[in-house]
Amino acid sequence: MKIIDILHLIHEYKVYDDDEQEVGSVRALNDVTLSLEEGSFVVVLGHNGCGKSTLAKHLNALLLPTEGMVYVCGNNTQEEDDIWKIRKNAGMIFQNPDNQIVGNVVEEDVAFGPENIGVPTEKMVKRVTEALKKVGMEAYRLNSPNQLSGGQKQRIGIAGMLAMRPKVILMDEPTAMLDPSGRKDVLNIVHELNKKEGMTVVLITHYMEEAVDADRVIVMDGGEIKMDGTPREIFSRVDELKNYRLTVPQVTELAWELKKEGVDLPDGILTKEELVEALCSLH
Amino acid sequence: MIRDITLGQYYSVDSVIHKLDPRVKLVFTILYIVSLYVGSGVWCYVYAAAFLGLVIILSKVPVKFMVKGLRSILFLLVLSACFNLFLVDGNVLVKFWIIRITDNGLRTASKMVIRMVFLIMGSSLMTLTTTPNDLTDGLEKGLGFLKVIRVPVHEIGMMMSIALRFIPILIEEVNKIMKAQMARGADFETGGLIKKAKAMVPLLIPLFISAFRRASDLALAMEARCYHGGEGCTKLHPLQYHTRDYVAYVILILYLVSMILLGKLLG
Repeated sequence: MKIIDILHLIHEYKVYDDDEQEVGSVRALNDVTLSLEEGSFVVVLGHNGCGKSTLAKHLNALLLPTEGMVYVCGNNTQEEDDIWKIRKNAGMIFQNPDNQIVGNVVEEDVAFGPENIGVPTEKMVKRVTEALKKVGMEAYRLNSPNQLSGGQKQRIGIAGMLAMRPKVILMDEPTAMLDPSGRKDVLNIVHELNKKEGMTVVLITHYMEEAVDADRVIVMDGGEIKMDGTPREIFSRVDELKNYRLTVPQVTELAWELKKEGVDLPDGILTKEELVEALCSLH
Repeated sequence: MIRDITLGQYYSVDSVIHKLDPRVKLVFTILYIVSLYVGSGVWCYVYAAAFLGLVIILSKVPVKFMVKGLRSILFLLVLSACFNLFLVDGNVLVKFWIIRITDNGLRTASKMVIRMVFLIMGSSLMTLTTTPNDLTDGLEKGLGFLKVIRVPVHEIGMMMSIALRFIPILIEEVNKIMKAQMARGADFETGGLIKKAKAMVPLLIPLFISAFRRASDLALAMEARCYHGGEGCTKLHPLQYHTRDYVAYVILILYLVSMILLGKLLG
C-alpha cells in the first residue's frame, strides 16, 4: 500500500438557500483516484475552485468523502477511531500564517500539537527544540508570534507540525500571502525536509515556479485530475495547460514561443540554464 | 508599533511575587478580599494595609501603578462615599441646608472607601505581577474543581488565550479598515456622539466578518493539529508548586486566621 491512496473519491458540498433549505449540491471532487509514493514531492496545480483545497482537506480527514475511500498511512479517513492517528501522520499548513498560530509564545505554539496528542512534558521540550531547529527559528523561541514576519510565522507553523512527527506534509497554498524572500525560505525548508528526512510532501499552489523542482505534478480542473506526470512532461504540454487557465514558468513559455516560431528547441525546458544551453547548442 | 503593545497591565520585574505560582496569587486575591470583610475595626484595616504594603514592597511594583488602577474607579468611589455620607441615619454632626452628616454615615463611608481601595489594589497586584498567559493557565488549573459542576474551565481558558493572541491582530485590522474607509471618504472624527457612533458601522461590519473568517480558519487549523478539547492533553510548561508557593499559602492562612482573631478581639 502506498502512503496515500485515494479511490474514486467524490465530494459534494451542499448548497443552502436563505432559509437554510437544502437546494442542491456542488460536486467539488469528481471520481478522483490517486496514490502517492512515500517520500515523494508532489505539487498539485489548478485554477481557483478546481477542487485542490478540498482534496487536501480529505488527506487529513478535515473533510470526509461523499463517496469513495481515502487511506492515509494505511488508515481509512472514515474510521472515527483513526482520525487522530491520521491527523498526527499528515500535518497540514494553511494559507494564512496568522490564522493557524494558537500560542501566545512561539514555543507554546509549537507545543500545541504534541500537547493535544498527549506527549509527556520531558519529551515535549526535546521535540519543540528539534522542530524549531529544523526550521531555523530557535532564536525566536520565546518571542511573541505577533513580532514575526509572514515567512517566519509560516516557519513556526511548519515547526508546530513537525513537532507531531508526521510522515506527510500537506500544504495548502502556504506561500500565497508571503513576500518573495519568505516564500523562498519556506520552500527551501520543505525541500530539505523532503530530501533529508524523507517526508512526503503534497504542495498545493498556483505558482508554477514552485512545481519545477517537484517529483510529480498533478493538474486539476473541475474537480478532476487532468494531467499527472513529471514537471518536464507536464510543462511540455503548454497548450493543454493554457486550456486549464494555467500559465507555465516564464522560461518554459519563452522556449515554447521560440519553438513555435521555428527555433529548434527540445520540449519542456524548465530552467534558465537549460534554455541557455539549448540555445547555445543551436550554433 | 501597535503589534508590540503589552496587554493587561503586567509590570515586568523580577520579584518573589512575580515568581509565585499564579494559583497562589489567585487564592491571595480571594482571601485578601475575604479578610477585608471579616474584621472591621480600625486596627483590622491597619493590619490589612500593613499586609498589602508588605506584599507591594516584595513585588517591587511602584505604588504609582497601583494608584493608576484606582483612577478608573474614582467616580464609583466618590459616588458611594457620598451616598453613605449623606443618607445614613445617626447622630448628626454637621448640618447645613439639606445636607447633614452623621457619625454613622461618616463611619460607613470611610469603611466603604477603605475596603474598595484595598480591594482594587489587592486584585490589581495579581494582574500586575502575572503575565496574561500565566493568568490563563492559573485560572484553568486553579478553577479546575469547577469542572465537577460542569463549568467548561478548559474552554474558557482556551478562549481567553486565543483572545489574547488575536487582540493585536484585530487592532491592526481596525487600523487597516479605518484607513481604507477614510480613503473612500468616511469621516470618523467630526460630529456629535450619535454621528460618531453611526460612523463606526462601516468599521465594525468588515471587522466582524473578518473576525469570523479568522475564527473559522483557526478552528480548522486547530483541528488539523489534533485539538479535541482538554482531555488527555499534556502541557509544555505544567504549573508546578515550589517551596515558596507552599510558604506563601501558609502565610496567607496565618494572615486570614489572625485577621479573624483580631476582628473577634476588638469587635
